[in-house]
Amino acid sequence: MKDLYLVLKNLTRKKMRLFLTVFATFIAFMIFGTLTAFQKAFDSGVDLAADDRLIVLNKISFTQVLPIAYATRVRAVENVEAMTHLNWFGGYYQDPRSQFAMFAVDAENFMEVFDELVLSDAEREAWIDNRQGLIAGRAIADTYGWEVGDRIPINSNIFSQRDGRTDWDFDVVGIYEGEDPQTDTNGVYFHYEYFNETQSFGGDFIGFMAVRTSDPSLNETVIKTIDDMFANSPAETETVPEKAFNKAFIEQIGNLSLILTSVVLAAFFVILVIVGNSMILSIRERTGEIGVMKTLGFTSGRIFRMVLAESVLLALIGGVLGVLASGFMITLINSAPIQLPVLVLDGSVWSQAMLFVVALGFITGIVPAMSALRLNIITALSRS
Amino acid sequence: MSDDILFDLKGVSKKFVKGKDTITVFDGLDMSIARGDFLAIMGPSGSGKTTLLNMLGGVDQPTGGEIWFDGSRIDSLSENQLAAWRANNIGFIFQFYNLMPMLNAERNVELPLLLTKLSRSQRKKNIAAALELVSLSDRARHMPAEMSGGQQQRVAIARALVSDPKLMLCDEPTGDLDRETADEILSMLQLLNREYDKTIVMVTHDPEAAKYAKRTLHLDKGVFVEKDLAA
Repeated sequence: MKDLYLVLKNLTRKKMRLFLTVFATFIAFMIFGTLTAFQKAFDSGVDLAADDRLIVLNKISFTQVLPIAYATRVRAVENVEAMTHLNWFGGYYQDPRSQFAMFAVDAENFMEVFDELVLSDAEREAWIDNRQGLIAGRAIADTYGWEVGDRIPINSNIFSQRDGRTDWDFDVVGIYEGEDPQTDTNGVYFHYEYFNETQSFGGDFIGFMAVRTSDPSLNETVIKTIDDMFANSPAETETVPEKAFNKAFIEQIGNLSLILTSVVLAAFFVILVIVGNSMILSIRERTGEIGVMKTLGFTSGRIFRMVLAESVLLALIGGVLGVLASGFMITLINSAPIQLPVLVLDGSVWSQAMLFVVALGFITGIVPAMSALRLNIITALSRS
Repeated sequence: MSDDILFDLKGVSKKFVKGKDTITVFDGLDMSIARGDFLAIMGPSGSGKTTLLNMLGGVDQPTGGEIWFDGSRIDSLSENQLAAWRANNIGFIFQFYNLMPMLNAERNVELPLLLTKLSRSQRKKNIAAALELVSLSDRARHMPAEMSGGQQQRVAIARALVSDPKLMLCDEPTGDLDRETADEILSMLQLLNREYDKTIVMVTHDPEAAKYAKRTLHLDKGVFVEKDLAA
């Protein structure tokens, strides 16, 4: 602790260099924090998917529909605890460019299948009782300022009503929260019956089904039973665990993980060069002073630790400020009226960032620290 | 070895290898420094003055022979042992002061005390006493860049004596100062020697500076010629 003052004084002796180096580190960690939050948000679709939930799709493509009659048969399969079906609606509110995830669902069973969506009993009952009722996630409700009791028009850019209108009137009867902070609350759900009776494309089809099994260990059996049941029919099914479905869906965008990791690595490589160079210059300028300290009786090991501490501290200042700034960025992104998964800067991002901070400090500090360690007193004093 | 002898060099040799050549600076040097001595070492450039001072200060090791300090042999100590020995026994004063530019006067003086187990409050007391001794109490918070050369050298003297070393080694302590300031610094060293019984070894080119010492040794090509200048 006695040396901390010296470390701090050395760190702050050239204010402009300190500012620029910290700023570079700050930018790198802000990028890291924000992109890692994005990656976690996308991964959360997979991580938070229930182990006992299966998705039943048309075997040809998930854009192909299934007959509504399938729902009754799937529900009757042994070890199927609950089932709901979902139709992508292509809904938007006021702005056609801002489409959101809106589904026509089997409202009575929906909450049994998606129990990570938290809705009060009163709201749930109100939803079941009101065929024009919809429930919206907290995120999307906040985005559009919807409140329970509102009557809102929502357009579809896929479907139209039998009278030619593309807008449907809905009552907002519930706003659900997520069980986990990263549970997606950007979804909107409404009654299949309302959709089926009013849309003009012909009825009695569903997009896909979500099934909850009585135990994850029975998934394989249930999958086989369902797919065998519809084999050789005009609409064969492919049943997959929800995790696999979400993963495949995300991978359609591209290898996000690789893209994000590449950006972060590039940022860190640049920062490694900048901070490392700055530290080497800084220690080279202090050759004489290091020689004097050794002459006074400071051991080489102690000076080595001081240089390394300076480097770690430098990375720590930039790193902590950068991650804090990424928290601010994430708040801004979450509050922006755009449809994105919920970004969270949680403890795991922080601990990962701090691990990188320490690694950055060590890597950039080790070369100048070794130079200081090996510096011969006579050589050092002659240079000064 | 007599109790009065602080430093004893026995048959010390020092050789440097430069490419294929071996340069011999000392070859069998014998020398004793008594407690309370104020010794000036003079000689032309390349005579070995600084090399000798470096060996006395434990920052350089002899190629052969023995160096005894206060009854203990120091030429065979490891690097870390020598660092501890320097911290406990030696105060250094350099030609160009060598203060840490980012530390104020009192923090510069504190440096050797960071190597001790003294508490912050005890360190502060010692710093205040050392700065008082060099008449710089009012400049304790000043940075080196805000002080004259003479004041910086006084801070360096305070740093050298704050841990109460047995020996002070001065390498051209007035080489960068005007005559008047040099005399002030030398008087201060003389005072430390006479009143506080500090043993001082000073390397200098300046015959006027050497007059402040009790005795002067002339070094030429690694060999001493002793002239007693003490009054």
